[in-house]
Amino acid sequence: MSEMKEPLFSRKNMRLLKEPINKNNPITVQVLGICSALAITVKLEPSVVMALSVVFVMGFSNLITSLLRNTIPSRIRIIVQLVIIASLVIIVDQVLKAYLYDVSKQLSVFVGLIITNCIIMGRLEAFALSNKPWPSLLDGLGNAAGYGAILVIVGFLRELFGSGTIWGYQVIPDGLFRIGYENNGLFILPPMALIIVGIIIWIQRSRNRELIEEN
Amino acid sequence: MENLINIFVKSIFVENMIFAYFLGMCSYLAVSKTVKTSVGLGFAVIFVLGITVPINYLIENYFLQDGALAWISPELADVNLGFLRFILFIAVIASMVQLVEMIVEKFSPTLYANLGIFLPLIAVNCAILGGSLFMAERDYNTIAEASSYGLGSGVGWFLAIVGIAAIREKIKYSNVPEPLKGLGITFIITGLMGIAFMGFMGIEL
Repeated sequence: MSEMKEPLFSRKNMRLLKEPINKNNPITVQVLGICSALAITVKLEPSVVMALSVVFVMGFSNLITSLLRNTIPSRIRIIVQLVIIASLVIIVDQVLKAYLYDVSKQLSVFVGLIITNCIIMGRLEAFALSNKPWPSLLDGLGNAAGYGAILVIVGFLRELFGSGTIWGYQVIPDGLFRIGYENNGLFILPPMALIIVGIIIWIQRSRNRELIEEN
Repeated sequence: MENLINIFVKSIFVENMIFAYFLGMCSYLAVSKTVKTSVGLGFAVIFVLGITVPINYLIENYFLQDGALAWISPELADVNLGFLRFILFIAVIASMVQLVEMIVEKFSPTLYANLGIFLPLIAVNCAILGGSLFMAERDYNTIAEASSYGLGSGVGWFLAIVGIAAIREKIKYSNVPEPLKGLGITFIITGLMGIAFMGFMGIEL
């Protein structure tokens, strides 16, 4: 019963929440969940909506799986996990369609693709199946936040340089355009998202040298 | 026929799963260290996409779409089961992947050992579910169009992963800045390959 005394926000638990945001970031370090991440980062708004959806799905799927961890037979656990995730994603999809129809149209199939976001499955397998509900919830939220942080950074940069706006509002003054500034059309195209993430990885690893790979 | 070839070519080059939509990036980055394993995984993806897209096409058109149930009885004509789409598609995909896994294990144990965890993970490969969801969104008219879209996307994914694997084999011997090694440079190369593939944009047969 010693675990009962552990405070809810003990240092160990906070580490679960904080570590994935930088040192163990799902995208730049664990290389998971890139699939649905990059195509929707042309603008800031869909990136934020996507990040929030993933936080919701990931926190709850980790929590539910962790609550069920002693009753799920290990043979069919993948299917059970997929059903849990898929049900949560359906909720997100229906809510988005009802309240944020424009963003939902922009995200198109990528809301559905949260189901196959490897980071969610990965955390369920690696963490939620063998840990108590509360740490699992924190782990899920932390990883989703780390994932969302990259999404928002990429979305911000692409919208700023690609269209000269942030959240749909123009931030680059008209005067600059008059003296010859132009939006960089390359930032709107998909390949640029990959290059931006590559540069983020470069910056992160040169600040934190223990993350550098061998080959 | 011309239409089918058009869809096929378009899904390989213009709407490439990796370069245009970033689908299936997880296994793309993790398995692309050697050409041999990536060829194996590429074929598995072509196969699974080629099967699941037509099957999901049938499910979409005879169960899920608005009014699709009318063929059972006219009373069901106003039923829309669209919200079940995700669960049904993923169930079909998971069972197909199980099938492929059994076939590969039986006929090519070395490939099975090489692919390791990534074979079952095809089930959660975004490219597969993405293929089915795009098919549903774009409303292809016949099952033949849907299959040629599925096969084409598979081939596109195959080309992309084999290409990057070949480049990564060579890049081991070049002088990459320390913090960019491994993942970073792979991202940037993928971006550059994506820009190259954009040259195919607008191709129409």
